[in-house]
Amino acid sequence: MINYYGIRAIYTMEMARTWRTLMQSIASPVISTSLYFIVFGSAIGSRLMSIDGVGYGAFIVPGLIMLLLLTESISNASFGIYMPRYLGTIYEVLSAPVSVVEVVIGYVGAATTKSLILAALALLTAQFFVDYDIQHPIWMLTFLLLTAVSFSLFGFIIGIWADSFEKLQVIPMMIVMPLTFLGGTFYSISMLPPFWQTVTLFNPVVYLISGFRWSFYGVSDVSLAVSLAMTLMFLLVCLVIVAWIFKTGYRLKQ
Amino acid sequence: MIDDSLSILSVSRLSKRYAGGHCALDAVDLDVRKGEIFALLGPNGAGKTTLINIVCGIVTATEGQVSVAGFDISRDFRKARSMIGLVPQELFIEGFETVSATVAFSRGLFGLAPNPSRVEQILRDLSLWDKRNSPMMALSGGMKRRVMIAKALAHEPRILFLDEPTAGVDVDLRRDMWALVRGLRDNGVTIILTTHYIEEAEEMADRIGIINRGCIVLVEDKDRLMKRMGKRQLTIQLHRPLASLPAALSERGLTLTESGDALVYTFDSQRDRSGIADIFRSLADNGIDFGDLTTTESSLEEIFVSLVRAP
Repeated sequence: MINYYGIRAIYTMEMARTWRTLMQSIASPVISTSLYFIVFGSAIGSRLMSIDGVGYGAFIVPGLIMLLLLTESISNASFGIYMPRYLGTIYEVLSAPVSVVEVVIGYVGAATTKSLILAALALLTAQFFVDYDIQHPIWMLTFLLLTAVSFSLFGFIIGIWADSFEKLQVIPMMIVMPLTFLGGTFYSISMLPPFWQTVTLFNPVVYLISGFRWSFYGVSDVSLAVSLAMTLMFLLVCLVIVAWIFKTGYRLKQ
Repeated sequence: MIDDSLSILSVSRLSKRYAGGHCALDAVDLDVRKGEIFALLGPNGAGKTTLINIVCGIVTATEGQVSVAGFDISRDFRKARSMIGLVPQELFIEGFETVSATVAFSRGLFGLAPNPSRVEQILRDLSLWDKRNSPMMALSGGMKRRVMIAKALAHEPRILFLDEPTAGVDVDLRRDMWALVRGLRDNGVTIILTTHYIEEAEEMADRIGIINRGCIVLVEDKDRLMKRMGKRQLTIQLHRPLASLPAALSERGLTLTESGDALVYTFDSQRDRSGIADIFRSLADNGIDFGDLTTTESSLEEIFVSLVRAP
């Protein structure tokens, strides 16, 4: 028996929060993407050589979309579950006949939906600045979806772990942002000295961006299979942590 | 004793120790009968809210079992929880949500299909219909309290927990709320409430449970409790003050007030009251005239205090 109405209630409530703040939600990715393209795509990028046969402006499109997708997924999902904890309204979810899986589908589903909408908007915005093509649209959507789900789950975990608004920001700012910048958003890791190339392979974001970029231009730093495997692994790790959180009631129940 | 078939909530050997070592509940046993209004009384920190929160799934018990209509709250959590409505003590609200959205949310969360006419009925019953499109933050405290009740009723619970429902609520709302509670009881809903206003429990409850320091001290029919524990007092106002009490009267247990203008007789409510007739005969025999008579009955509050203070 699945509490379908329960999932829908959580999802709808979360999406309602998105629609209430629609303008900010849309404006921020559109503005930030535009800024990146003005600075890196046009101003600096015009003086740079193309990478792997792709013009620099177009080269950074997948990386920028990933950057946006990661930060938005984490912030939406972490905020989504942190707020009811902070306000105390979580009592209702805890006392309702909904299973862990249903709660996660509701919250993470809504965060994923929102970040996918924003990623689509950013892709549209990029059209105004550079020409890019998508050679493998199905794979592109697959990576987009897997990444959005994985990082929404990751955000959900942060939202449960955090016990202050400051902590809510710490992981995205201190870990995710650096990993994304160093994970090949703005360069190909083959441009790095051999030692740093090896170091970079420990950065999980490299695999996300590499696989995503391959779906656009057919070129990648690491093979598609490795990218996909790493993405799925990250998803799995997040699922295991979420299962543990609910099993133990960590930060949710006394 | 309680007929098991009539017990809708059954708590056995329930204990809760918090991480800090504080023992909030200590092997509590409790049965609540189907369709009754059960008042759980106790001083602050006695374990009332912990007990409610364990039954509702918000707090995890350290030991013990709870079943709701025969369904174990952890094994059959869906069936158990879908029968329960909870109105928590604090006003937990998401300020930007509208009244109707938050009530519809509660209904869906508990697995029921949307039913706008049912939600409308609940909002009308609670005088919230005019406010249905207002965001929660625009409501007064009393209105927010009504919304909390509407949320709990939105999924048609068979057991309703009201944790301090009338704390900080004005007289009008309190009266509305009690009318609502009686109406629910008439429809077969079991009500379990905690309150600080003991006169409310006195007025509303069918049975009373008293909890102190994590232990249930007593569970009893309210009327029987009042009878058993209650004291009545007869005060006789005298026409002329007496300097001292005649021996015949002090033998009967009467005392003279300090000012000497009234006699006081204290007796158990359940005791046969023929003693009073004897007192009046003695008064006449001693030539004592009296102007007025009053009798008072001790309130549940006094009974409660005497039970909780007892060592």
